[in-house]
Amino acid sequence: MSAPRSGRAGLRGLALAVAALAVPAGLSAHEGGSVAGLLSGLLHPVTGLDHVIAMIAVGLWGAQLGKPAVWVLPVVFPMVMAFGGMLGLIGLPIPGVEIGIAASAILLGGVVAGEVNPGLRLAGLLVAVFAIFHGHAHGTELPDGQSGILYSIGFVASTGLLHASGIAIGLIHRWDWGRRVLRVLGGVVAAGGAWFLLQALSGG
Amino acid sequence: MRRPSSRGSAAVAIAAAWLLAMPEAAHAHLVTTGLGPLFDGIMHLAVTPEDLLPVAAISMLVGLRGKEHARAALLTVPVAWVLAGWVGLGRPVEIPLATTFVSFLAFGGLVAADVRLSRAWIVVLAAALGALHGYLNGYEMAVAGLGMTGLIGSAASVFVLMTLASALVVSLEVGWTRIAVRVAGSWVVAVGLLMIGWSLR
Repeated sequence: MSAPRSGRAGLRGLALAVAALAVPAGLSAHEGGSVAGLLSGLLHPVTGLDHVIAMIAVGLWGAQLGKPAVWVLPVVFPMVMAFGGMLGLIGLPIPGVEIGIAASAILLGGVVAGEVNPGLRLAGLLVAVFAIFHGHAHGTELPDGQSGILYSIGFVASTGLLHASGIAIGLIHRWDWGRRVLRVLGGVVAAGGAWFLLQALSGG
Repeated sequence: MRRPSSRGSAAVAIAAAWLLAMPEAAHAHLVTTGLGPLFDGIMHLAVTPEDLLPVAAISMLVGLRGKEHARAALLTVPVAWVLAGWVGLGRPVEIPLATTFVSFLAFGGLVAADVRLSRAWIVVLAAALGALHGYLNGYEMAVAGLGMTGLIGSAASVFVLMTLASALVVSLEVGWTRIAVRVAGSWVVAVGLLMIGWSLR
């Protein structure tokens, strides 16, 4: 009994599979370009470790410095980063972009590790200078055929969320053990930056 | 025992034949068929970030300033939107879409800086935003054949979005939530700067 039933079931499955394969491929059931642009923008910052550690370091440093730096730095960074991206898009070259990105991780990690407080203006200036490198390198890498505005929205939002992650982690600063952990994290970021700097200098 | 099985085979055969007979253009989604002029107009804002972000930005701006400012903008923007859109429906002059990025910088920047504007200034700025984006919407509605009905749909969704967004921001009392709004304003500026770059590329 079971063998014929199983054979018929197999035939049914085969018939459906053949029919499904014969359905024309170009159904165009979903829009690809727009959503893909948003996803590309969202994913791009988190797929580059050099960008990730520097962005988190901005948040960590902001949390260490407290108000108003904790919100001034995340407000300044996206705007200046986008300005750097705009320079890249209009074809204005900035020399040593990869070195600048690696240096940003070293310095931002270093100031977190050393709990350095240079004052709000200097902190904002330091972050802004590095933001130009990050924007120039990463803000312009739109894959072909995708929406520029949705890529930009995704890229900016994702970078902002990395800052928020850094700030959230930095909230442990209120405890003594947390301050020590933050300084260690700053050291890790700086070490990562040194690794990326070596890679950039060796052309890797 | 055999009858149900043969009925099943027939059903499979019919399903297979149906699949084979499927046309290439499935038109499975309303992207291709549309929703009708009014609802296409309503949906237009949701699928047009060039309008959506500046409208969100002015909502945040007036929300940060309070109820009175928000109410003034709520009336001004949709009215200016429809009036300018009515002009745009005649397609007198084509304005580049890139002009909308000025709105990104202006309104995002005002939110990020938390500028304390008077209600008169808010009305002026709201009218300017409604006029620019309304005109462009009217032009697009004319091209798409949606006409005044589509324009009214887009203005209605502007009103709804502004009501909800500004009310949300007005209700924020905890300090960091208002700062989060300012950060969102800086994101709007950032997107605008990148879009200027894309348009000049």
